[in-house]
Amino acid sequence: MATTSIFPGESPDIQTRLALADDALILGHRTSEWTGHAPLLEEELALANIALDLIGQARALYQAAGELTGHSEDELAFLRDPAAFRNALIVELPNGDFAFTIARLFFVSVASDRRWRAGFDDPALSAVAEKAMKETAYHIRHAAEWLIRLGDGTGESHRRAQEAVDALWPYTGEITDNRAAWLQAVAPVLIRATLQQPKDSWMQSGGRDGRHTEHLGHLLAEMQILPRTFPGARW
Amino acid sequence: MVTDQSLLERARAAAASVTDPELPPLTIEDLGILRDVRMDNGTIEISITPTYSGCPATREIADAIQRAVIGAGVEKFRIRHVLTPAWTTEWLTAAAHQKLTDLGIAPPEAGVATDILFGRTHLVCPLCKSANTEQISAFGSTACKALHRCLACREPFEAFKCH
Repeated sequence: MATTSIFPGESPDIQTRLALADDALILGHRTSEWTGHAPLLEEELALANIALDLIGQARALYQAAGELTGHSEDELAFLRDPAAFRNALIVELPNGDFAFTIARLFFVSVASDRRWRAGFDDPALSAVAEKAMKETAYHIRHAAEWLIRLGDGTGESHRRAQEAVDALWPYTGEITDNRAAWLQAVAPVLIRATLQQPKDSWMQSGGRDGRHTEHLGHLLAEMQILPRTFPGARW
Repeated sequence: MVTDQSLLERARAAAASVTDPELPPLTIEDLGILRDVRMDNGTIEISITPTYSGCPATREIADAIQRAVIGAGVEKFRIRHVLTPAWTTEWLTAAAHQKLTDLGIAPPEAGVATDILFGRTHLVCPLCKSANTEQISAFGSTACKALHRCLACREPFEAFKCH
């Protein structure tokens, strides 16, 4: 594997496959950053498992994208520059505190669930969705239960959960194709968590066109340095 | 001269004997990972399906199949990864359920809803058989297992997730 940056094609089919793959990879990478830092052992295992699911989904999706671009999954993950990534901005934001991590996992997982269930015209994506939707159900449940515990917990956990929901809300526009359906799934959990649902107003976007926050570059620098420094390195 | 049929049978037996690296007493046939072994234009095609998207055992299983099939004298073969229909724990054989119980792992129980918040399953303890158990976490030491504990004998135990 060379280390020169690659630029996969701009066709809608390629872009759709890459957007799904990049969402899964980047959220998987962020989630994996908790490994060794989680607040309790069971949570350590849960977050590592969720990260593994997401990176597994990303691999299958990169293989699907690679069928169209001729690149391997490793090339697509490790040899693209930030502007070639098509993930939504919400998944690249730093983890913040545990409340932020959980609220984001909840919002993104509900959106993923909607996408998997809505189905795809592309059979390669349908095949991935069939498996991924079962995993996403576990992620939603895990994140929703934690969001309820935090929101309906102590004064401090409530404050942190509300701050996370407020900070993330403007980033949720980019992950919802069907806003009404997403809100319908999210609202009952926020109510049970005694959290205020922010009003929809101006939404952040740009990730799907390769216009990212400064955070993606830092994430990719860490994720890509080994394969870019030692081409073709193997375990 | 070996016939195609005997070659196919040998390939099938070799592939079916491969065990899961994380659950060594269980074969990939027990787990429903081995979907099909057939002859296609003189090449044996072995179809396997991943259990979970990120299961790290998938690659090791493919390598083990390759070794087993070569060991059985099969030269022309390929391994195909099939995503659809998606693997489900319903494909676990009766032998798999028994082997899991013998290992102290509660086998998957049908009808467990994963979409009900705070809904908890009360599996039968594989050690003392009490139904007085509780779930500690939906995630365990591998992608396919959850953590439970028995309130009667106090032993923690793993349960195969229902997918």
